[in-house]
Amino acid sequence: MKQFLQGIKDGSAIGIGYFSVSFTFGLAAVSSGLCWWEALLISMMNLTSAGQFAGITVMASAGTYVEMAVSQFVINLRYALMGISLSQKVDCRFKAGKKSILGFAITDEIFAVAMSRDGEVSSIYFGGLAVLPYLGWTIGTLTGAICGNILPKSISDALGIAIYGMFIAIVVPAMKEDSRILKMAALAVLFSCCMHYMPLLRHVSEGFSIIICAVAASAVGAAFFPIEEA
Amino acid sequence: MKAGNFWAYLLVMFGVTYFIRVLPFVAFRKKIENPYIRSFLAYIPYTVLAAMTFPAVFYSTGSAITSLAGVAAALFAAYRGKSLFTVALCASLASFAASLVL
Repeated sequence: MKQFLQGIKDGSAIGIGYFSVSFTFGLAAVSSGLCWWEALLISMMNLTSAGQFAGITVMASAGTYVEMAVSQFVINLRYALMGISLSQKVDCRFKAGKKSILGFAITDEIFAVAMSRDGEVSSIYFGGLAVLPYLGWTIGTLTGAICGNILPKSISDALGIAIYGMFIAIVVPAMKEDSRILKMAALAVLFSCCMHYMPLLRHVSEGFSIIICAVAASAVGAAFFPIEEA
Repeated sequence: MKAGNFWAYLLVMFGVTYFIRVLPFVAFRKKIENPYIRSFLAYIPYTVLAAMTFPAVFYSTGSAITSLAGVAAALFAAYRGKSLFTVALCASLASFAASLVL
């Protein structure tokens, strides 16, 4: 019980952050043509920012299911790595049954907090850690989806940029710290602009474009600038 | 978007996202040693976010000038090491302020 409460406490900051981000997801989902309950269901069943934004992009452009599957696979592939790292940090009572339920809550932030904990991670702690982020994520989505229909256009326009602000807030500090990430992110932006503006390439759908740019830039990075201690 | 498609899209999203998280978590005992794969996976979050942000962010507010103001504010705040929430708020406020000036 003490561990569960410690988990809740450690997850509270993530929960607040998720509320604000999923609020903009709710806004974006509604403005892309989804209903409020569709936006809510997506958040309840996925709990991932970049993947969900890519998902509604695919839906809005009526992309194929293959495109949806591949985009989710590539964007969320990092969770596989996190799952592998986390599997070596959990205690022996954290078995397959619990893993298959709680593994759902592996996100960048929850993973980071769990890994920074001293010693092993119990399923009780991890479960507590996931509670507030999950609530923040779903309630934020619902609030954003409802507000999307109420807020004046000037404000919802200005909020449309918030999610990108968050993406920038994740990438820029990493770029500052590691010049290899700076180079690869710049390369991904260059590829992305090419895909968007060049003749022929601009007909590639947005979902696939993100996949191609990210995979190409990361492959170049891995080939020329391998990270030893990654 | 055709109405009936939503459930199929949702199922595909959920299925892929769920299994990519849970299968390695349940199955893996060994660490991945290959430095190429490790580096590739380490770069992926940043290249995905970078490619998702540019150039799409310039179309996010309905005006290139207001979004430019937002991007500038976000880059500045992020460079100063502000939190995710603060950076997102700065971007929104800057683009809102720019829309008032225009």
